[in-house]
Amino acid sequence: MRSWTVSRLARMLWILPLLAALAACGGGSGSPGKDSGGSGSGGAASGGSGGGETGSSSGDGGAKKPRVAFVYIGTPGDGGWTYEHDQGRKYMEETHGIEATVVENVPESADAERVIEELAQNHDIIFTTSFGYMDQTLAVAQRHPEVKFHHVSGYKTHDNMTNYFGKNYEASYLTGIAAGKMTKKNIIGYVGAFPIPEVIYNINAFKLGIKSVNPDAVVHVVWSNTWYDPTVERQAAISLLDLGADVLLAYQDSPATIQAAAERGALAGGNDSDMTRFAPEAYLTNPVWNWGPYYAKVVQDWIDGTWTNEPYVGSMRDGMVGLAPLGPGIPDDVKQLVEAAKETIMSGEFEVFRGPLYDQEGNLRVEEGRALTHAEVLEMNWFLKGIEGKIPQ
Amino acid sequence: MEMIIQIAAAAMSAGTPLLFAVLGGLLIERSGIIQLGAEGVMLMGAVAAALCCIRTGSPAAALAAALAVGATLGLLHAFLTVSLRVNQIVSGLALTLFGSGLSAFLGRSIAGQPMPGAVPKLDLPFLEPVPAAGDLFAHLDALTWLSFALVIGMHLYLYRTSWGLHLRALGDSPQTADVMGIPVAAFRYGCVIAGTMLIALGGADLLLVYAPAWIEDMTAGRGWIAVALIIFARWNPLRALLAAYFFGALDALGFRIQLIGSDIPSYFLKMIPYVVTILMLMYLGWRNRGKPSGAPESLGVPYIREQRL
Repeated sequence: MRSWTVSRLARMLWILPLLAALAACGGGSGSPGKDSGGSGSGGAASGGSGGGETGSSSGDGGAKKPRVAFVYIGTPGDGGWTYEHDQGRKYMEETHGIEATVVENVPESADAERVIEELAQNHDIIFTTSFGYMDQTLAVAQRHPEVKFHHVSGYKTHDNMTNYFGKNYEASYLTGIAAGKMTKKNIIGYVGAFPIPEVIYNINAFKLGIKSVNPDAVVHVVWSNTWYDPTVERQAAISLLDLGADVLLAYQDSPATIQAAAERGALAGGNDSDMTRFAPEAYLTNPVWNWGPYYAKVVQDWIDGTWTNEPYVGSMRDGMVGLAPLGPGIPDDVKQLVEAAKETIMSGEFEVFRGPLYDQEGNLRVEEGRALTHAEVLEMNWFLKGIEGKIPQ
Repeated sequence: MEMIIQIAAAAMSAGTPLLFAVLGGLLIERSGIIQLGAEGVMLMGAVAAALCCIRTGSPAAALAAALAVGATLGLLHAFLTVSLRVNQIVSGLALTLFGSGLSAFLGRSIAGQPMPGAVPKLDLPFLEPVPAAGDLFAHLDALTWLSFALVIGMHLYLYRTSWGLHLRALGDSPQTADVMGIPVAAFRYGCVIAGTMLIALGGADLLLVYAPAWIEDMTAGRGWIAVALIIFARWNPLRALLAAYFFGALDALGFRIQLIGSDIPSYFLKMIPYVVTILMLMYLGWRNRGKPSGAPESLGVPYIREQRL
């Protein structure tokens, strides 16, 4: 009895760090299978008949309203990404007088497919609000041709599945202008989420914004490989602060970077949402999302029977992308500079990725006089010159 | 040199929540009870602290809430393992599953909200001119100092007091302890409750000092690491300090290796702490083969008076 316990237990425990390692590789957000129907079963109640026919029969017009569902990667309490999607949901609900079903904390794994499959049984429109849901959404879309699927930030579509995103790099460029003016040591840190094009082109746009006002500043990048894990992101931010960075930007959904910067008297911005409240004195600015009008439009298209699977690309011009108000510690001349640049973007006369652009090795990637198309931007997998950091290949 | 100090500072801040959990687990296991519930207890401690801190704005009240939750869970674990003598591994695992589920449920409303108060820092300006020590110790928070005090206190308690001797006897041979007149059940209850409170304090420290916002599953396996580190530390408080900081340093090292510009993919760097923990356990197991592991002899064995073994 005694010998069994001690030696067997000791051996058993060796496996635990391994399990922990696996958990860490899987991306730490959320334990599996915890789908909590946030807004209850309201979605099913507001739809008309239970048949789930598409809105193509536009005869009864406004009478029939779609049953809408949202799949969230986190909770609206994250103060960033999911919070903004939830704001968009509320806007859509108020506009159309319907109540959507919400499933929070859905991991980007096989669980996601199960959740989406269940929602597809009794909904007409499903918004899956994380990049990692792309293949799961597509798989369910192929099985449910009568349901419309909207996947954020992906690139795969189907007859009944489309995607939507916005040119948030426009706002990253403006954030770069503020960062370039505010840095004193010319060392700027960026806590990257995952080494995927979406994050890479935002870092590049940020660097271009910095370069436009401060050619000497260097951007150092670390990858946290998380979307929302304050403990990890804080550690990443501290490593950049230890390097001497006095301005930080983070792409994750948590305010951990801003909080870490505030403790060291540095400036920082986050992503997705206005994060002033987390540390007003340390807040720079960052790109923000405004999904509401798009969600309302999708529902309207469904009601009108004009739904198409044409991907939607928002921008600062149509308001899907915005810039958070600059922090209270940012002087007025910097604010004016950012505002002026914003005008040129809003008027459409300025494009962020205009040549000549050189990569880290000094190769010319975009010739003088040419600007990258949006499709080319979405495939960006290289860093600009002046960025210190590696993209795992 | 500067880099070493920075890593040491990062190791301390990442290692302190672990240290609390390791010390708590060590105290429990010294009394002969296996503690596998650390992950759940840390999460419950963190969510209790978060809820209380947001309601009251006071870190002291938050710590008190975490300790109270720890005491309750400890009482539960002690009742199950000491009084009912259920399988201690199962009881611990149940505590982990229960704690992670319940904490996620309780924390839903406050996920991501920043804490209104912070644990006060003890500024020691006279240390500042001292090289290295100034950078490391001049502006530490109160909980880190508490963890130092606990390490020293627990070491003295275990190896320099008769009560500590009683505790070690209890873990090695409860029969002998009983014959000596030590109240086995009461002593074990006390150790399990106090130890679980320390583990909950580790969760609160993680929340209030390290990442000041609650997020579901925020311990990310730290409770399990703490369980492994108890073996790593061979049930010794001073080694527990080293083990916790060693793991904290590995945690901090990944990003610094990225910043140096190494070609190792960041995904592999993230695995370093876990891989090294496994390797170190294997190495220690090999080096100490044939020798006693340092584990309390009766760990995991429920004590029934006058039962023959």
